[in-house]
Amino acid sequence: MTRQGNDFLFEHRLRSARARQGLEGEPGKPGAGPGSAWGMGARVGTELVAAVAIGALLGWALDWFCHTAPLFMIVFMPLGGAAGILNVWRVMGPGKG
Amino acid sequence: MAAPSIDALGQFRLAAPMGHAGLLAFTNANEVMAGGALLTLALMVLGARPRAVVPGRLQAAAELAYSFIMDMCVDTIGAEGRKFFPFVFTLFFFVLMGNLLGLFPYFFTYTSHIAVTAALAVAVIVLVTLVGLITHGLHFFSYFWPSGAPKLLAPLIIPVEIISYLSRPVSLSIRLFANMVAGHVMFEVFASFMVMLVAGLGTLGYFAAIGPLAINILLMGFELLVAFLQAYVFAILTCIYLHDAVHLH
Repeated sequence: MTRQGNDFLFEHRLRSARARQGLEGEPGKPGAGPGSAWGMGARVGTELVAAVAIGALLGWALDWFCHTAPLFMIVFMPLGGAAGILNVWRVMGPGKG
Repeated sequence: MAAPSIDALGQFRLAAPMGHAGLLAFTNANEVMAGGALLTLALMVLGARPRAVVPGRLQAAAELAYSFIMDMCVDTIGAEGRKFFPFVFTLFFFVLMGNLLGLFPYFFTYTSHIAVTAALAVAVIVLVTLVGLITHGLHFFSYFWPSGAPKLLAPLIIPVEIISYLSRPVSLSIRLFANMVAGHVMFEVFASFMVMLVAGLGTLGYFAAIGPLAINILLMGFELLVAFLQAYVFAILTCIYLHDAVHLH
């Protein structure tokens, strides 16, 4: 028997043995440990707030640079909010689970 | 005796027990950083030394650490992920050691300082941008333009995409720093409750203090989870950003 065949056989036997002992988790279903919902909530929150903050900062910096206060800040704050929604969509949107 | 009060943020104050050298000081944060680096080095060097076919405990830990990060890189970034293994490995263990060593009493949690986490996040985003520019040249900037969007929306979409890109290091650094600060403030608050109960109730206070103590013990378990989880999140998000830079969408 080839070496690869041997490895395959061993892997197969190991997996069935582990499944018998209940050690093999269901495939494609990573355990949702405690704190994952909290973690997800905190992550989505920071993504949203960070984008608004960056938008405001960018607008403020452009205003400072061009002496146009408060024009750019007014423009960039909503854009930051939109970017925040985009960030949240990238984390939670369809196809991401 | 003055009534004990809660000094929840005093634990994050930097100190320079080794003294100053001009403007520079080797602070308690730097001591823990050096300790964490030495521990990681010791794990890998001592763990790799036996070279046994059937690994012992230390070698198994070292191999697990190696294959965990290697799998994360290759699964998330793709075959190119091998190139970024040293960076992600260093990042993961620096953050993990900061979180874990900080749980020991009298140790400083250097990941609880936004200066540290922001420096790490900026390093990540600069690397990601450079990788994107080197791999794709100026074509990298098409990253800010989702294919198939109507041209009319360009002045709206491009700033939003750029803000979204720039907000990555902010959320990356704030997440780690806020998690660490929140955990350690809770430790401090519940520990202060114990002191207050004893000061306020006398002998009865010693029994009442079991409550906050139990909460702190539960909290320690939770913080151990958070320490690993946040290091993992930091590393996996770095991998995801690197994937975006290497593959563009």
